[in-house]
Amino acid sequence: MIGLETLYTLAGLMFAAFAWFNLTDRTNPRRFINFAFWAIYAATFLLGSRVPHFVTGCLALLLALIAGSGKLGRSKAEPAADVNAAAQRRVAGANRYGNRLFLVALLIPIVTLVGTFALPYVPWVDPKNVTLIALVLGTVIAFIVALAMLRDSPVHALKDARYTMDAVGWAAILPQMLAALGALFAVAGVGGVVSGLITAWVPVDSLLAVVVAYTVGMALFTMIMGNAFAAFPVMTAGIGLPLIVHQFHGNPAILGALGMLSGFCGTLMTPMAANFNIVPAALLELKDKNGVIKVQVPTACLLLVVNTVLLYLFVSRY
Amino acid sequence: MLLVLIGVPIVVIGFALRFNALLVVTVAGLATGLAAGLNLVDIISAFGKAVADNRYMGLIWLTLPVIALLERNGLKERARHLISRVHAATAGRVLMLYFVARQITAALGLTSLGGHAQMVRPLIAPMAEAAATNRHGELVESIRQQIRAHAAAVDNIAVFFGEDIFIAIQSILLIKGFLEQNGIIVAPLQVSVWAIPTAVAALLIHGARLALFDRRLKRDVAISRPGGGQ
Repeated sequence: MIGLETLYTLAGLMFAAFAWFNLTDRTNPRRFINFAFWAIYAATFLLGSRVPHFVTGCLALLLALIAGSGKLGRSKAEPAADVNAAAQRRVAGANRYGNRLFLVALLIPIVTLVGTFALPYVPWVDPKNVTLIALVLGTVIAFIVALAMLRDSPVHALKDARYTMDAVGWAAILPQMLAALGALFAVAGVGGVVSGLITAWVPVDSLLAVVVAYTVGMALFTMIMGNAFAAFPVMTAGIGLPLIVHQFHGNPAILGALGMLSGFCGTLMTPMAANFNIVPAALLELKDKNGVIKVQVPTACLLLVVNTVLLYLFVSRY
Repeated sequence: MLLVLIGVPIVVIGFALRFNALLVVTVAGLATGLAAGLNLVDIISAFGKAVADNRYMGLIWLTLPVIALLERNGLKERARHLISRVHAATAGRVLMLYFVARQITAALGLTSLGGHAQMVRPLIAPMAEAAATNRHGELVESIRQQIRAHAAAVDNIAVFFGEDIFIAIQSILLIKGFLEQNGIIVAPLQVSVWAIPTAVAALLIHGARLALFDRRLKRDVAISRPGGGQ
């Protein structure tokens, strides 16, 4: 049966390869620290389902300590001769393979899409996780096609991928640690306390004030939690249903739609939504880790105003 | 019990002072757990459980070796060549075209036809950079960075304000499920239809910003040239 565990093993082996290439890279004075970081991350993938959660938790804390020490380093730039040879290789490849390079790149999203619809009918595939399985299947197929078409070696692919991975560094694991923070927030009851504070401050006799409290509250609470899905039940139970739906007889469908979209405005403005904002900054090798957020803030603020106006105008009308 | 909120100021202050984000988040989690009266073993186990349960977030990195292979063999150079044949192309227009395509496919439930690792890094960002280079000549690194940041933002904004139009997307099902728990029955279509006005607003607002971005690029490139600008 192909399920999540298969995918985690594959990813774990890849991170182990990144660890190994770091260890054997003598141009990097910090190769042992880098090796330790990726080896531990690989271990969480390979062993995460087999060892007690306490052990995985200790490994995660180790990763945070390594990241916090600021000692993760990147290998020195390649010698000029190698850089020139690589540039020549790229130009030659672009001329030789032409638009077929795009087709291989597009294989990943296309196979993912087709797989999402087709895999539920395949007997030995876990039906609960078809999208992720389809994504990895698309990646593996694209990898094999690329190797065959380009007659290149998988070792080169992994070595080059390792440079990008080192550029991403600790940001790779940030989304998972934020999920942990969200879980601890939930256990501690942070949501209830926050919505209690907001309801205590809102003037309940004005529809406009309540609507603003709800949409802005959704955005702010999403920025704290990093996730609109976590903020939605808390804010809607705290303000949306008792005040807008019950007191002002608002339409719950409109409330839900615009509440969630207000939360998405918050997602665009917070480093806590690391997989949308911080990971792409790392992936595109931006020097400013908040570079993507800074571009998104104006659009997010304007859309928050739009959502608030729409909710105020229509929630009691339809 | 305001003490359980301790994690919020830790995160805000930690990020503002530019401490390592991974460390800040870990400390905030430990503090929140302690404030809630958990013991250290339970807190560390909670970390471990969340990290293990969310390993799926790390699967996106499996695409890196494919991208590395294609980039080694000229993917970005080819993107530049392709764009150079489209004379009307600008960075803003390339990104706008991707915005529209991403928003429409997301509205049809095809959210997996895109993404930062799958589309933006290998294809969209190089095309936008190439379009700007063809217009304005070689770009300084800070302008390249801006173009790439815009490329990542387009993917996020287009998918966030497109996907809710589709009735079977996770967020619509969450809204429906939550209202149902509270005794209110709504059809998914009643919810998703109200995502359309915001989707149109997102297209207009971000489209206008991308047009302005093109104009600003022209100005910034002139200033960044030695002897350029006033």
